[in-house]
Amino acid sequence: MASLDRTARSFLLSELVGGFLLTLKYMFKPKVTVNYPYEKGPLSPRFRGEHALRRYPNGEERCIACKLCEAICPAQAITIEAEPRDDGSRRTTRYDIDMTKCIYCGFCQEACPVDAIVEGPNFEFSTETREELMYNKDKLLANGDRWEPMLAANLHADAPYR
Amino acid sequence: MPKIKIDGVEMEVPAGITILQACELAGLEIPRFCYHERLSIAGNCRMCLVEVKPGPPKPQASCALPVADKQEIFTTTPMVEKARKGVMEFLLINHPLDCPICDQGGECDLQDQAMGYGFDRSRYHENKRAVPDKELGPLVKTSMNRCIHCTRCIRFATEVAGTEELGATGRGESMEVTTYVEHALSSELSGNLVDLCPVGALTSKPYAYEARSWELSKTESVDVMDALGSNIRIDTRGAQVMRVLPRLNDDINEEWISDKTRHAIDGLRYQRLDRPYVRKGGKLAEATWDQAFTAIVDKLGKLEGGKIAAIAGNQCDAESMVALKDLMAGLGSPNIDCRQDGAKLDGPRGSYIFNAGVRGIDQADAILLIGTNPRWESPVLNARIRKRYLHGHCPIAGIGLVEDLTYPVENLGTGPATLRELVAGNLSFFEKLKAAKNPLIILGMGALARSDGAAVLALARELADKLGAVREDWNGFAVLHTAAARVGGLDLGLVPGEGGRDVEGILAGCEKGEIGAVYLLAADEIDTKRLGKAFVIYQGHHGDAGAHRADVVLPGAAYTEKPGTYVNTEGRVQLARRAAYPPGDAREDWAILRALSERLGKTLPYDTLDQVRDRLVRVSKSFAAIDQQQAGGWDTFGAPGPLSDAMFASPIANFYMTCAISRSSRTMAECIASREEFAQRYLARARRMG
Repeated sequence: MASLDRTARSFLLSELVGGFLLTLKYMFKPKVTVNYPYEKGPLSPRFRGEHALRRYPNGEERCIACKLCEAICPAQAITIEAEPRDDGSRRTTRYDIDMTKCIYCGFCQEACPVDAIVEGPNFEFSTETREELMYNKDKLLANGDRWEPMLAANLHADAPYR
Repeated sequence: MPKIKIDGVEMEVPAGITILQACELAGLEIPRFCYHERLSIAGNCRMCLVEVKPGPPKPQASCALPVADKQEIFTTTPMVEKARKGVMEFLLINHPLDCPICDQGGECDLQDQAMGYGFDRSRYHENKRAVPDKELGPLVKTSMNRCIHCTRCIRFATEVAGTEELGATGRGESMEVTTYVEHALSSELSGNLVDLCPVGALTSKPYAYEARSWELSKTESVDVMDALGSNIRIDTRGAQVMRVLPRLNDDINEEWISDKTRHAIDGLRYQRLDRPYVRKGGKLAEATWDQAFTAIVDKLGKLEGGKIAAIAGNQCDAESMVALKDLMAGLGSPNIDCRQDGAKLDGPRGSYIFNAGVRGIDQADAILLIGTNPRWESPVLNARIRKRYLHGHCPIAGIGLVEDLTYPVENLGTGPATLRELVAGNLSFFEKLKAAKNPLIILGMGALARSDGAAVLALARELADKLGAVREDWNGFAVLHTAAARVGGLDLGLVPGEGGRDVEGILAGCEKGEIGAVYLLAADEIDTKRLGKAFVIYQGHHGDAGAHRADVVLPGAAYTEKPGTYVNTEGRVQLARRAAYPPGDAREDWAILRALSERLGKTLPYDTLDQVRDRLVRVSKSFAAIDQQQAGGWDTFGAPGPLSDAMFASPIANFYMTCAISRSSRTMAECIASREEFAQRYLARARRMG
C-alpha cells in the first residue's frame, strides 16, 4: 500500500508542485537580503572590526605604552616598543598589529586602561597584498581619526554595561 | 629556644628573631613593605600586622616584635584580615592609579599585595597628595607621588651604602623623601635603591619605559666589571640586554651590585666589532673571516716562536685564555701574560687570591688596606667592610691614598716605607693587628702593579706571618684584584714561560723590534703606542684602544654573549651563561682561537665547549669545583728587594670607566658628567662662602 502511495505521488509531481508553491509564497513576503555593498546590515556597538588607535579631543594620542594589549593578545599579533618622549611622557615608538594573525577576540580593547586601542565598526579592509595588513602606528592612528565619531558613539553606547 | 604556636602549629624558633621571621620559618608569607632582611627594622608601613596572644587586644606589627616563649600567633584571623585590608586602603588613598605607565608595573610589591588585600573601589573622593619629584642623578628616576614612606631607600643609603644623603622631611601625609639640597647620589651602589623600592617611586632612569618585566628573558650569570664576580641576572629582550639585576649570594654580593655592573650594559650596544677587519694601506678595511685568517697565517707562519707574544685582557673567560695559552705553546712562544697592569703576581695560588673570602670580612676583627681603594675597585666588597665596621670592634687602617671609604680609616702613611715600618712593629696599629684574633690584610693592585711589587708582596707576606694571620682556621692574607679575568689567568698559568717576556718586556720588545707579532685577546689597558711596528692581532668585542692599533681585528663576544668560566678574586670558579648572541659575524672567543689554530697548522685538541672545560680542569684542578672557594695554600712568594718611595695609588682613577664596555656606555658618561657638575657646584658654593 505504501509503495502504491509513493508511486502515485511521484507520477503526480507533488514534490515539484510543493516546491513551486513555497517559492511562490516567498515572492509575496518582504525580502531579507540586502544589496551589499549599497546596503548594509545593522551592527552592534560591540562589533569587533578593524583596529584603531584613538586620540584625546586635544589631539594627544591616548596610548601610554603600558603594553597590556601586547601581553594579553592570544595570537601575539601586537608588537610595541616604547621610550620616553621629549617631554618625558611614556609613549610608543612602535605599535604594530599583524592583522593576518589577529583573531578579533577584542581582548586588547578590554585590557586597554585608556580606551586607546579599540576594534571599530569597519569590516571592509581587505587588501590586495598581505603586506598591507601589517598595520603600523600611523595606519592605526589614521584609522582612529577617520572613525572617531563612530568609535566614541559605540563606547558611549556600551558604557552602561561595562 | 622559645616555643611558640603559629596558626595552631607548635614550633621552636631561635631566640631573638622577630615574629615575621618566625612566620617565614614556618613557611608563611607575611605581607610587608618596610621590612627588609638586610636593613634595620623601621616598622612604619604596618602591613605585617598579626594577632599575638598574650598581648593587647589589637593587631601588632610582626616585623618589630621579638618572639617570646609560649606566644600564640595568628596570621589569618578576621581581625588580621581586616587590619591588613585597612592598612592597604590607607596606603592606596594617596597612591596614584598610574600602574599602566609605571615601570614597576608587573613586579610591584604594592600591586601584588593589593591583589590580596585591596578593595575593588575607592571610598575616598578627595584629591590625592601631590609631591614634587626629586632629582637624584642619572641613574635613579623618581616619581614621588607613588612613595608609600617605607624608608627602605633612606635606610639603605645610610646603613649599607654609607652615604647619608637621603632623608625625610615633614610628618604624616606631608612626609617627603628627599636629599634636601638637590644633588645626585654619590654612592656607587645607588642602583640598588631601585630594587629596594617596593613601589615605583624610585625606578631606573636608563631603563625608563624600555621594557616590561614580563617581556624579558632571564639568564643567570656572573658580572665581570670588577673582580668580585657578583652574581647577576641578565634580562634580555630579543638580542638586546635590557637590564642587569643582582642575584642573591650571601658568599659574594649578598643582594647588591654596583652601578657599573648594573648600568654599563648600554655600552654593549655601541662601538661593537661585528665583522673582521684587516689593515690595508694604513686603514682598517672590512674583511671576511677567511681573509682575516689568511692575513694572520701569512704573518705568523714566517715568524719564529720567540718573536710572537700574546696578552690576555681583563675580562676574558677562562676558556679563551686556555685556548690562547695552548695556541702560543703550539707556536713555540713563551711570551704570554695576563697581567696588563704589570702586577707582580705569579707565585702559588695563596699569594694571589682573597684567601679570607668575602665572608671572611665578617669574621675579621682588624683590617689593613694596602694600596687599595675598595670603594672604587669593588663597591660591593667595600659595603661588606662597612657592614663589618658597623658591627663594631674592628679597627681599620690604610696605607696609600685613602679616600672616603664610607667608614673611618686610620691613615698610616702613603708608601712602602710605611709598610716596612709597620712590619718592623714601629707603628701603633701593629699592636691592634697583633691583638686581633682574625687580622685581615687586603692587598690591592696599587701596591702590586709597580716595579717594586714583588718586594711589597714579600713584605706583606712577612707581615701576615708576624701577625699569625695565616693559620689552620683563618687565612687573613687577601689580594683584591681589579680585573675579572686575573685569577683565572693566573690559575691557568698565563704568565711568561721560561725565557719569556711579561707585558713590560713584550712592549719593550715591540719598541726595539724584537717582537714581530702581538696577539691581544681583548687587551685594551696597555699603552698601544709602545707596540711599535709589531703586527698586532686584536680579538675582542669593542672598538677600543687595542682595535684601533690592530692590523687584524677578529670580532669576539662580550661576557653576556658567551658561556664562560670566570674566577673571582676569592678564587671561586663561577659560570657565566649566554644571554644573547654576539652581533653580526662575531663568534665565541675560544672558537675563534680554535679555528685560527687549524689554519696555522697547530690544531687545538678540542672542538666543543665541554672539551675545552675538560682541558681547563687538566690545566688547573681548581676549575673542577664550581661555585666553591678553594684554599690557596701558603708558601714562600714575593721577592724581598729595594722599595721605591712612590706612594701607593689605586689603579682605578675613574670608577665609571674601567673597561671597553663601560667606556662605550653613555650612562657611565652621564654619571661622570653629573659628578663633575656636582663637584663644580660644590666648589662654587665654597667660593661664595669664602
